[in-house]
Amino acid sequence: MKENPVSFQLKLTPDDFLKATEEEKQSLVVMRESVSFWKDGARRLMKNKVAMASILVILIIMIFSFIVPSFYPYSYKEQMKGANNLKPMEYSAKEQEAIEAGEKVFPHIFGTDKLGRDYAIRVMMGSRISLLVGLIATVIILIIGSAYGSIAAYFGGWVDIIMMRIVDIIYTVPDILLIVLLSFALKAPLQSLTNIAGFGWVRTVGENLISIFIVFALLYWVGMARMVRSQVLMLKESEYVTAARALGVSNGKIIRKHLLTNCIGTLIVTSTLQIPSSIFTESFLSFLGLGVAKPLPSLGSLASEAINGLNTYPHLLFIPAVLISLIILSFNLLGDGLRDAFDPKLKN
Amino acid sequence: MLNYVIKRIGLAIITIWAVATITFFLMNMVPGGPFLSEKAISPQAQAALEAKYGLDKPLSQQYITYMSDAIKGDFGDSLKQRGRTVASIIKTKFPVSARIGGISVLVSLSLGIPLGCIAAIQRGKFLDRFISVLATCGIAVPSFVICTVLMYFLGVKLRLLPTMGLLSWKHYIMPVISLSFYPTAYIMRLMRSSMLDVLGQDYMRTAKAKGLSQTVSLFKHALRNAILPVITYVGPMLAYTLAGSFVVEKIFTIPGLGGEFIGSITGRDYTVIMGTTIFLATLLIIMNVNVDIIYKLVDHRIKLK
Repeated sequence: MKENPVSFQLKLTPDDFLKATEEEKQSLVVMRESVSFWKDGARRLMKNKVAMASILVILIIMIFSFIVPSFYPYSYKEQMKGANNLKPMEYSAKEQEAIEAGEKVFPHIFGTDKLGRDYAIRVMMGSRISLLVGLIATVIILIIGSAYGSIAAYFGGWVDIIMMRIVDIIYTVPDILLIVLLSFALKAPLQSLTNIAGFGWVRTVGENLISIFIVFALLYWVGMARMVRSQVLMLKESEYVTAARALGVSNGKIIRKHLLTNCIGTLIVTSTLQIPSSIFTESFLSFLGLGVAKPLPSLGSLASEAINGLNTYPHLLFIPAVLISLIILSFNLLGDGLRDAFDPKLKN
Repeated sequence: MLNYVIKRIGLAIITIWAVATITFFLMNMVPGGPFLSEKAISPQAQAALEAKYGLDKPLSQQYITYMSDAIKGDFGDSLKQRGRTVASIIKTKFPVSARIGGISVLVSLSLGIPLGCIAAIQRGKFLDRFISVLATCGIAVPSFVICTVLMYFLGVKLRLLPTMGLLSWKHYIMPVISLSFYPTAYIMRLMRSSMLDVLGQDYMRTAKAKGLSQTVSLFKHALRNAILPVITYVGPMLAYTLAGSFVVEKIFTIPGLGGEFIGSITGRDYTVIMGTTIFLATLLIIMNVNVDIIYKLVDHRIKLK
């Protein structure tokens, strides 16, 4: 066949169809596994010393607030007679006698409060409550906020306008008003709920704590919803969403499988930063006396009770105050670290 | 521009109406009432009081009466503080809160913006690290912790500053520090990250290439673009700070609007709740519209719609 000088045709010879040698095969073997999204992020997170330190702090606080109280010699509601307002590491007269008699008495590391309750265990229980509020409230906010924001953005048009107007209105009502009114409004129905069989746990958790969760569920998802909405607005124009739509994938599945999974970085980061702000709000509410029911302590209510005795017993205020700042600080730093690791676009 | 302002005012009226309606029905749904806690009065006197303020009428009628009065600018009398109108309560309490709030916002802007800029310019150096650590710690401390720590050390231990009331300039120091702590830290962070963003833009390189001095390019080009996120944050923040913080007012015994608001909610002073809520919502919306307009003035590329 005559060769065309301007042709792009490959000049193939039978040699090109020979089997590959071992050497050639070797060069095509993948030397390293491909790095997945999670592995890549985790690797970057491990390198971040500040984030790892804050994980360590959070873990230590969690051990002290969830595990240690179960074998601690004192209980958070046990009132010891004659042991009121002890200074840290001090013993009451009765305990002093016991020690002299050769018995072993566990020291009151942080002293006792004015009702004679061991303060160390109350602080531990308080941080348990604060952490629980932060984590559970964040899960609630995450679910409602991401669903609401993605639906508004995905359907767009009138749905979006109306849904975002509702968000604006919720944003405008002073949140403290809703919190106070709701906690009053929910008290009676929740109390009657405790009498129904199977709902006895409501009393142990405390009506106020549950109404805090409900308030969080009703109010604080708006920030998350706005965040998710702006992400989904961008993502829904991608080719893979058009392709999924052309293939006839249902709207719900597109949102779940394609849109929300692709803003997972933003979701992780926003939720981690939501935890400290939930703890912040809870401590503020407890400080106002709207938080957990007595005798259950939370870090905010401990601080609030200590204010009256500030002159004589300042440690009662400083211990919960430092702890709450430490918890919020470590979650903030962890959130920053996670953002750098999983969502590098948002860095700075 | 005019079209935009008219549209925003229309939307604002709808939002305020919605907020007022939600608040009205929510607060009436809650069990209890303004006169229940006063044990000294007999049931007859209580009924007479309720009749006087129209609380015995059906809820829908109360709603219509309140709304039509409110449109005329009459927000009614306080149910608890006899003989005082809601308008007069807001008029006496708001300036107190607004003065402290205004000073704190000024303090946090004049500290936060320069420090954030310095951190961004000195990125990675010691000063940047120092400011960033300061800012991260600043947003981690709740306001009641700052208040009580300040009060303990400056007020009780060292006796440097008075702890109660608002008589002289000395009384303002501690409330202002506690109120401006969080916003300062937050503005520093915002300013640093947006400044870093702007410094990496092409027009900054162009400015440098055409030989502008660093001060000119920073003040004329960078600051103007970097300040936008701070404005977005400061708008609503200003509204909330002016209206008073309950915690700060409670701890330092300041007779402000924040404490009045919480007091009215726990005491079910219906008219005061409604009045302050509408006032707060209006303030917030005005601030948001202002933010949009300032945006337009700072950055001409932004279109108002």
